Amino acid sequence: MVLFYYIIFPGFLATFIAGGVASWIERKLTARIQTRVGPPFLQPFYDVRKLFIKEITIPEHSSRSIFMISPIIALASITVVATIVGLNLINPAYGFNGDLIVCVYLLLIPSLCVILGASASGNPLASLGASREMKLVLSYELAFWASLAVPVLKTNSIRFIDIIGFQALNGSIAGSLSGIIAFIVAIICIQAKLAKVPFDIPEAETEIAGGAYIEYSGPLLGFFKITQYMMLIVLPLFLLEIFWGPMNFSVGILKYLLLLTIIIMLENTNPRLKIDQAVKFFWFGLLPFGVISIILAIIGM
Amino acid sequence: MSKAAILSRSIWVFHFASAACNNCDIELIDALTPRFDLERFGIKLVGSIRHADCLLVSGIMNEKGATRLKFLYDIAPKPLAVVTFGSCGASGGLFTNSYNFYGPPDKIIPVDAYIPGCPPRPEAIIDGIVKVVKKLRNV
Ligand code: SF4
Repeated sequence: MVLFYYIIFPGFLATFIAGGVASWIERKLTARIQTRVGPPFLQPFYDVRKLFIKEITIPEHSSRSIFMISPIIALASITVVATIVGLNLINPAYGFNGDLIVCVYLLLIPSLCVILGASASGNPLASLGASREMKLVLSYELAFWASLAVPVLKTNSIRFIDIIGFQALNGSIAGSLSGIIAFIVAIICIQAKLAKVPFDIPEAETEIAGGAYIEYSGPLLGFFKITQYMMLIVLPLFLLEIFWGPMNFSVGILKYLLLLTIIIMLENTNPRLKIDQAVKFFWFGLLPFGVISIILAIIGM
Repeated sequence: MSKAAILSRSIWVFHFASAACNNCDIELIDALTPRFDLERFGIKLVGSIRHADCLLVSGIMNEKGATRLKFLYDIAPKPLAVVTFGSCGASGGLFTNSYNFYGPPDKIIPVDAYIPGCPPRPEAIIDGIVKVVKKLRNV
């Protein structure tokens, strides 16, 4: 049964398929904004299928084992988060004490894997991408934790089940002043976690040619692609669960689509920042709001 | 399903411009603009040869370009389609008698398709791509 949860539903397979659809929505909406027709519905799956018939090339000066294993670790960790977040949606009784904290730590691992893999590949552009990713992680992570402190302070618990239960009784956390500020901060932070424009600085297709992913090919790149698709599902659902509950099935999908649209709109209406601008933005622009929301939460607003 | 048919649904293109007069490169960018929208066919431009399924060569080959082209072909993950772009890529075009002309790309690496024209219009590019895709899918 546990294996079923991890591999089929709500773990790997279900999240992957949903993530592919979400990625199609993202590309289609982007295309419509630019008055294009956009890709066919199955395009994300065609891309992944194609990557799995390609050859794996390993750069000459790379550290072979780390280069090969980091995409797999990234995929494994996001699968665990998908399972925890998904099971909490279906039946919160599956949770355990501290699952919120475990999730936030596991969400960090894909970024670390990108850094590891890129540094292991021995390509100068990839190491540039890795160093940018590192700075980006250092800048958004504090603001993200600050925003997560609000639901934890309000419910006095680090379990999903208590947060969801609290919202079922008292209305969603985003309904309060501190909650809505923290929610907005968290949305901007997941934009950086998803490495979407304006925070796609580590990949920056047009300046460092795919950056961190530059040496990856075939199935290894496919694992990273699947990880990205799954992040597109897991991160918004994670935020919805702790900020904008309670959720039943149909309302949940509507809320998710709304959040996805916000992410896509942010992506399409902003230019890419430089890394120093991004660090400044998160530390001096966003973090103060996170602190304000914590103070508001403590005085009970 | 054959590998070629799978490949034909999602072609990521790496553009290698070797001493083109730049007109071909501009027309290629034209084909990616909203007006012609190559993403309809699952085609996109990538920045790294490791991600590429199609190596697009424009311009003539001189000595330096030829070694680079060979190197790119060697490190690219297979299966890989090689397409030359413009008259220059096909035969040398109006630079055939130039002092630095090394030879057309198909002297250096195997080429799968040619898109002729000086430069090819975006419509010609899309037509060429559709022909390649049809051939890959055997229809
Ligand atoms: S084919 Fe014509 S347009 Fe293209 S690079 Fe050659 S000379 Fe320029």
